[in-house]
Order: sequence, then C-alpha cells, then structure tokens
Amino acid sequence: MSQTRKKLLVDPLVDNNPIALQVLGICSALAVTSSLKVAFVMTLAVIAVTGFSSYFISLLRNYIPNSIRIIVQMTIIASLVIVVDQILKAYAYEISKTLSVFVGLIITNCIVMGRAEAFAMSNKPVDSFIDGIGNGLGYGLLLMCVGFFRELFGSGTLFGVVILESINDGGWYVPNGLLLLPPSAFFIIGFLIWGLRAWKKSQVESPEFKIQTVQDH
Amino acid sequence: MPKLKKQGIFSKINNMSIDSIPKTIFVAVVLCLFCSMLVSFAAVNLKSFQLANKVRDKQINILQVAGIYYEGINVEQSFASIEPKIVDINQGFFTEKFDPNSFDDTKAASDPLLSVALDDDPASIGRRADFATVYLLKNEDQSVDKIILPIYGYGLWSTLYGFVALEEDGNEIYALQFYQHAETPGLGGEVDNPKWKAQWAGKKIKNTEGDLMIQVAKTPGEKEYHVDAIAGATLTSNGVHNLVRFWLGESGFDKFLTNFKNGST
Repeated sequence: MSQTRKKLLVDPLVDNNPIALQVLGICSALAVTSSLKVAFVMTLAVIAVTGFSSYFISLLRNYIPNSIRIIVQMTIIASLVIVVDQILKAYAYEISKTLSVFVGLIITNCIVMGRAEAFAMSNKPVDSFIDGIGNGLGYGLLLMCVGFFRELFGSGTLFGVVILESINDGGWYVPNGLLLLPPSAFFIIGFLIWGLRAWKKSQVESPEFKIQTVQDH
Repeated sequence: MPKLKKQGIFSKINNMSIDSIPKTIFVAVVLCLFCSMLVSFAAVNLKSFQLANKVRDKQINILQVAGIYYEGINVEQSFASIEPKIVDINQGFFTEKFDPNSFDDTKAASDPLLSVALDDDPASIGRRADFATVYLLKNEDQSVDKIILPIYGYGLWSTLYGFVALEEDGNEIYALQFYQHAETPGLGGEVDNPKWKAQWAGKKIKNTEGDLMIQVAKTPGEKEYHVDAIAGATLTSNGVHNLVRFWLGESGFDKFLTNFKNGST
C-alpha cells in the first residue's frame, strides 16, 4: 500500500478522528455505547456504509449534477443503510433489536455525509473507499473506548462477560446507573477529547474570540 | 449546406452539460431506479429470514416463560409441546373462528371490528382486542400443564409486551416475562432482572372469595399476592401492577380462566 493510502487509513484513527477532532457523529455515539457488543456491530455497520458510499459516490462523481449532488449522495447512503439494516435483521436479529432505529439513523450520521462531500467528490474511488473505511474505523475506535467504560462501570461486564459482579446478582459491585444512560457518553467523550488534545497539542484549536481586558479609567 | 444529422434522444442528452436540467433529471431518475432496485432486492431476498427470526424470537420467549427453555435448545421441536389457541375474551371460551397460526394479535387490537375502545383503561392501551392468542403447554398425556397469556400495557416510557404463565388451576402464577419494552436501563429496565422476575413464581391471582388480589407495590402486602416494586422505578412498577391486574381481571382473561378451571372452555 502506498504511503498516501496508508495515511488515509490511519490518519482518522487518532490524528484526525471524526468524533474527537471533527466532532461529528456524536448522536449515535451516545445512543449505542451502553454495551460493547452493540457498539461493535454499529461500528461494522458504519464502516461498511462509509466505505461503500464513498466508493460509489466517487465512482459517479463526474456524472453528479452540482445542483442535486447532496440529494444524490443521500440517496446512495440511504440505500446502503437500508441494505445493512435488512441484513442485520436477517442475520443478527437480537442485536438489530437493540440497535433499533440507530441503524437507520446512520443516514444522518455526519461522518458519512462529511466524507462523501469533502473527500469522495474530488478523489478516486479506491482512495475514497480507503478514506471511508479509515473514518469508519476512527468512529468505531472511539465508540469502543466509550463502550468499554460504560459497560464495565455501568453493568460490570465486558462483551456480556461478567468482570465486576454486581450487587443485584449477589456480588459486591454497585453499578453506576448514570453510565447506562446516554448523557454519560457526553462526559466520557469530553474526557477522551481532553486527553487526546493534551497528548497531541496540535489538535488544540486556537480560540476564535478573546475577551478583552477592560482598562481602568 | 451541410445536412443536420438527426440525433436520438439519448445522444442528445449525452451531449448536454452535466448541469443542464434534462441531464440532471436523467441522472436523478436513473439513480433512483438503480437504488430502489438494490433496496427491494435486499428486502425481498431477506424477508423470509427476517420473518423466521421474528417467529423464533416469539417462540423463545414463550418457551422461556413456560420454563422449558435453555441455551442451545431446538426451538421448533420444543415448541411442538405448546398449542396456540384463540380465546374470545368477552365470552371466555376458545373459538375456532380464526386460525391461531395466522391470527395477528397486534392487528386485531387496532381493528374496530375485532376490538373495543376501553373506558376504564388502567393499562393505557386504548383499545383491547376481543380475541387473543393464548398458548397451552401440554403434558405428554395431552393434559394442560401451563396456560400462557399475552399481556401488555404502558410503563413509564413505553408499552411493555410480555407473557404470563399460569399453573393449570388458572390462579397460580408460574412466571412473568416481558419481551419488548424501552424502560430506563438499570431502573425500570430491571423488569428483566431474573431476581425480580423470580418473585412472581407461586403468587396467587385471586383469593378464595374471588377478589383480584395480585399486586406490585412498595408497601408489603399479603405475601401470597404481593410482588415487591422495583426500587427507583415507581412508575414502571405501577405500570406493571396495572397491566397485570387489567389482563387478569374482569376486562381481561378472568372469564376465560374461570371457565377453564370449571372445564367448560
């Protein structure tokens, strides 16, 4: 794999993470991270959709009229999402029940649209495909981090395997109920972004507005 | 004078710029056609799997509430010992009007011909179907071991759908389980907690005078009829209390259960 393609794949993981740096796709990251299993399936679904939608949009990029390009992108993304949803319902029924509406909402996930508009519309199909996969992976990586904390401290399990035996089942661990609710993901994502920017100083944005100090009369 | 070459409509469109109106429409139509074919191809081809999953999911839930489900079981084979039957709720008898294998309880509940609007509606379900599918777990000698009734009603955020399994006397609860709800995880969602569900086993619905006694409450009641409410989930518990009393009460399966006990169904 050439250097640029590798960069396309690896860059979105940490250096240009869609959730942590671009702050896209937060909504679904709140909703599907209460257990790792669900987060994992969601990750796979998003990777498939970002990859293939970028590929097809890039393939058609020279034939897409400018005036309807967003609609064309949406149509392609929506079709792929429905196909993914149908496949999940057929082959992973239990998990699709938990994911419920959030698979359908991949359509509105800004990461997919963002990559289509920013990258696939002006790059070659294979590069776009790799870029889509990379961004899907970056999304998934953060999802799994959030899911790890939420499931471990919220229900005392990881991938459904009991790690900290909870008091309801006769153990010692008192589960933190907040972590099972969507708002907790806000805090965790916030801390992750904080940590990431403390580690990689280049991700810190310069303030857009500075409060000026008032001079004494 | 050079003769103008006659052009077909496709080559005409082909020569236009991408952003011209006909070409825009052309691209939109072709794309929509292609995408709709893709989507319908997936939907039609996967439909049989999806339906099978749904049926299987329901069967697993019935087997679970009947207490004969364990990991790795052959669902279809085990389900053979369970007989679905349609009950006329108002009359309290079995009816042969509908085929239990194709009767759709959800549809019936919204069909004005097959349901009644409820004035007294503690379970907040709006309409109640006149007919319902119940499941009978049969012993090997074909006698009824357990009666499994469908129940549903509103909790805090969502409608809880579930089954209650009764012993053959129609008055003792064997198990209760919800298979679909969207209550708060960790609070109302604890209706799925095996420890809480275990409380239902052995509870009686009515006392000897025939009064409806079963309850879900915070304050301790008579042990035979009392199930502890879930801590931190008062509204979900109230919902469960109401829906259980509704479905086992006079506007629910009460008549059927009485008839069943007397052997006149």
